[in-house]
Amino acid sequence: MPEIIKTAGDSIRKNIFLLTGILLLLLFIVPGSASAQQQRFPMPEFQTGYELPDTDRPEPRAPGMEIFDLAVLVLVLAFTTWLVLKRRSRKLVFWTSVFALLYFGFYRNGCICPIGGVQNVSLALFGDGYILSLTVLAFFVIPLFVTLFAGRIFCASACPLGVIQDLVIIKPVKLPQWLQRTLGLIPFIFLGFAVLYAATGTTFIICRYDPFVGIFRMGASFSMAILGVSFLAAGIFVARPYCRFLCPYGAILRVFSIFSSRHMSITPEECINCKLCEDSCPFDAIDYPNDEKKNRATKADYRRFVFYSAAIPVLIIAGALAVSGSYKLLSKVHPDVYLANLLVEDPGMMYESDMTEIETFMASDRTLEMLVADATEVQSRFRRGGYYLGGFLGLLIGLSLTQQVTFRKRTIYEVNRGSCYSCGRCMEYCPVGKPDHPYHKEDNNNHS
Amino acid sequence: MSKIQSRRKFIRSITRYSLGFSLAALTGFSLGKATKSEWVWQIDPFKCTSCGRCATDCVLNPSAVKCVHAYDLCGYCDLCGGYLEPGHISRDTAAENQLCPTAAIERRFIEAPYYEYKIKEDLCIGCAKCVEGCTAFGNGSLHLQVRHNLCTNCNECAIARVCPSDAVIRVKAEVPYLIKGGFTPE
Repeated sequence: MPEIIKTAGDSIRKNIFLLTGILLLLLFIVPGSASAQQQRFPMPEFQTGYELPDTDRPEPRAPGMEIFDLAVLVLVLAFTTWLVLKRRSRKLVFWTSVFALLYFGFYRNGCICPIGGVQNVSLALFGDGYILSLTVLAFFVIPLFVTLFAGRIFCASACPLGVIQDLVIIKPVKLPQWLQRTLGLIPFIFLGFAVLYAATGTTFIICRYDPFVGIFRMGASFSMAILGVSFLAAGIFVARPYCRFLCPYGAILRVFSIFSSRHMSITPEECINCKLCEDSCPFDAIDYPNDEKKNRATKADYRRFVFYSAAIPVLIIAGALAVSGSYKLLSKVHPDVYLANLLVEDPGMMYESDMTEIETFMASDRTLEMLVADATEVQSRFRRGGYYLGGFLGLLIGLSLTQQVTFRKRTIYEVNRGSCYSCGRCMEYCPVGKPDHPYHKEDNNNHS
Repeated sequence: MSKIQSRRKFIRSITRYSLGFSLAALTGFSLGKATKSEWVWQIDPFKCTSCGRCATDCVLNPSAVKCVHAYDLCGYCDLCGGYLEPGHISRDTAAENQLCPTAAIERRFIEAPYYEYKIKEDLCIGCAKCVEGCTAFGNGSLHLQVRHNLCTNCNECAIARVCPSDAVIRVKAEVPYLIKGGFTPE
């Protein structure tokens, strides 16, 4: 590289004599030459009437269009809420969701979405100097409020990531409950780490590992395409794998949905325990009536419940210490920490390495001390954030342990409010209030 | 039974209200850090070190980053550090003399001894080879910019993630470009 610069430099130097001869004159003529000094070769004064072309500046999408996106989101959510709670039509929910997939997914390329918005909001709240756009905030908050009133409507029809998986459900298999419960913890863990990495200004891991955004853009890096295709392929058998076992926004929605004031129900009136809806849900989100004798808490269960509850504070403290203690490992993802680690370990790299990061750092006016100070600041953020994340994970494990030994009596088929996406598949199976339903015909035949 | 039911209902609504309240509080706090304006990604040309990652790391292929030309900064040199390959054989438009790997720079004679250089954006891949040459030997009038007609405005720009000099920054959508120039005396 230095050789090339040298040869080119030489030839340019020869030419400089020629050029400066003509241009030096201009330099003195042009008033205010102080600013012109920054130019090695001043702008020529053309004799032929040549006019400077304008540098082309294609505009970004008109700012008002973001409001339009927001309006589409609100409309889709409102319409689906009505469809699910009042109209009870799976077909219309399906077509609304296809529209949302086309609009938010393929037309808007999947950005911005509430799932990624989690990170923008955390960075704005905990990081310094990050300015949030109101649209992003609205995208993040509106589905949450809707969920608090009507359940996971957003998952049913407005989320392009969910809908694209919903379309490929062909042969869903039932997963054993222990597997569902264990994998169901991943979204919460992912959420915790996503908030930590966003709040420390490191990176947006949710966006980085978004499997479907490459499909929406019709172009992705090889690893991203593999991830997306394998999620869709798995989704043929395990319905909505990303939503159930990875989506961090889904973790928040799950909690909000459990306590929602209204929610989609399988049956419009009283459940008649016909069992028709039993296998209708590909997401295993229907709770069956349980055998009271089998599912009654034993004395041992009571003791375990007390034990687990007492263990929660211990788990929280242990988690906080463990995650915070591994701040060095966690913070390595941050570019400053990574670079500082490299250079402190082997200062010789500063002059030998041809790594772009090191070359750029050496060319900048940042000293090693400044870099190390920045890296230490990032690390201390990870240490502080680690306490909260660890405590959160401890609480999560504690709560899921207590859930193992709590039982709730159920006499009818009900949706599990946390897991239900309000897609409405089960409503189609319910014969209640449908005189034309084959169930009733069979019933009549039996009687006659 | 009804006692349990109403207790459950009570706990549920208490939790619901507290969730709603905390969501409202979160929204309130975030509102303090929010602006009405939209944000887009842009490259600060003075921070850019022409490392070439814009060409390789954009989620789009070819990249949404293209070279732009600040004409008011250009010296219109015959011997252009951004156009000609170092060690070129002759100073003309022959392919072997061009630095640009895709021949995306159009060289046009204006008047002796000046040449105009224009970027053909559909060919440009944003590799910054010309930017490097122009910054090293010329006025630095060739520089990279995110083209907003192409950019999908990802939540986290994949180039920003790998930029070694933090040159990819968020700017307000009302002023979406950071084009060099303005060196004309006031």
